[in-house]
Amino acid sequence: MNELILILAAALGTYSWRFLGVVFSGRIRTDSEFFQWISCVTYAMVAGLVFRIVVLPVGPLAQIPLFARLICIGSAIVVMVWPYRPFRGLVPAILVGATLMVGAGLHFLPPA
Amino acid sequence: MSDPLPPSAATGPASELQAQQAFRRGVRAAFAAPAAVLFAGMIGFGALSQSVGMSFLGSIAASALIYALPGQIVMAEMMAVGATGLLVSLAAALTAARFLPMTLTVMPQIPSHHRSGAAFFMAHLLAMTSWAIAVREFPRLAPDDRRPYFLGFGLVCWGVCIPGTALGYLLAGHVPGPLTLALVFLNPLFFLLNFTEVRPLGFRLAILFGAVLGPLTYLLTPGYSLLLSGLVGGSLAYVLQRRTLAQRAEGT
Repeated sequence: MNELILILAAALGTYSWRFLGVVFSGRIRTDSEFFQWISCVTYAMVAGLVFRIVVLPVGPLAQIPLFARLICIGSAIVVMVWPYRPFRGLVPAILVGATLMVGAGLHFLPPA
Repeated sequence: MSDPLPPSAATGPASELQAQQAFRRGVRAAFAAPAAVLFAGMIGFGALSQSVGMSFLGSIAASALIYALPGQIVMAEMMAVGATGLLVSLAAALTAARFLPMTLTVMPQIPSHHRSGAAFFMAHLLAMTSWAIAVREFPRLAPDDRRPYFLGFGLVCWGVCIPGTALGYLLAGHVPGPLTLALVFLNPLFFLLNFTEVRPLGFRLAILFGAVLGPLTYLLTPGYSLLLSGLVGGSLAYVLQRRTLAQRAEGT
């Protein structure tokens, strides 16, 4: 019972921002300067979070050296923008990046 | 108000067929990668919630009802130390501020006659992954296709959080280290790869400034890192983009 209350409390805290977003979005036009600005803010915020996770990770990624993390990401980006078919695009790039990270884990993580 | 099509354009069998096609396109787009990214994240949460002593059903309910990983993690950790509902609600709200700008950038792109009521449900389907897909795909879609498309991939992404959480809960402590690592890595990797497809100058600059400011502000003040890198980096990008456009207009 207590668990359910805490779950609902967290859900309410999270949903309040979504709710405000819907309420305010009724007045925003996509061709307005405000829309341009808030889009820039959102991109910068998401990029800030993602690069922080890569450069200064907490949790298991912190056990892998920075150069190895960057190699995994660099290889995936090369596959992503690779101009020749068939090995290009999002799914092959994610597979390459994740496979390299498994390799990095086998090499750098202490044996269980 | 701003959409070119009158509401009558959205009714009738032809547009219903069109909506079904857009919905299916959304479902396919979700299965191409975003669903896997969310699935991996939810496996991580399932394992965490098991380790702090949450129940199996509670863990799944948290994923479906909160549907925001940072908030879920904060909730699970605070539950473990016996925090009150009010504190948990405030802490979750603090981690979820990103949903305001994310909703503000997605919703106005959906025609207003498609928004009433449904918007409050669609906002719950918004995750960082579905935001990334929406801002990438919406400009390529006809305005009337955007709601069914969003519902298609949003529902798939939301749906996978249940088996993902359940799997993580049941496997907790049994997943080998390198595999856990790859699952954690999927999330930042997905967004980095999506950034390569962003074309408008202002958004590219915003990503660049955010990338620099994110780690820097995290070193200075971890709690305000997201807010600072978003507001400062985004505003800087916006101003620079406006100046460049103005200069181009003068030059020609």
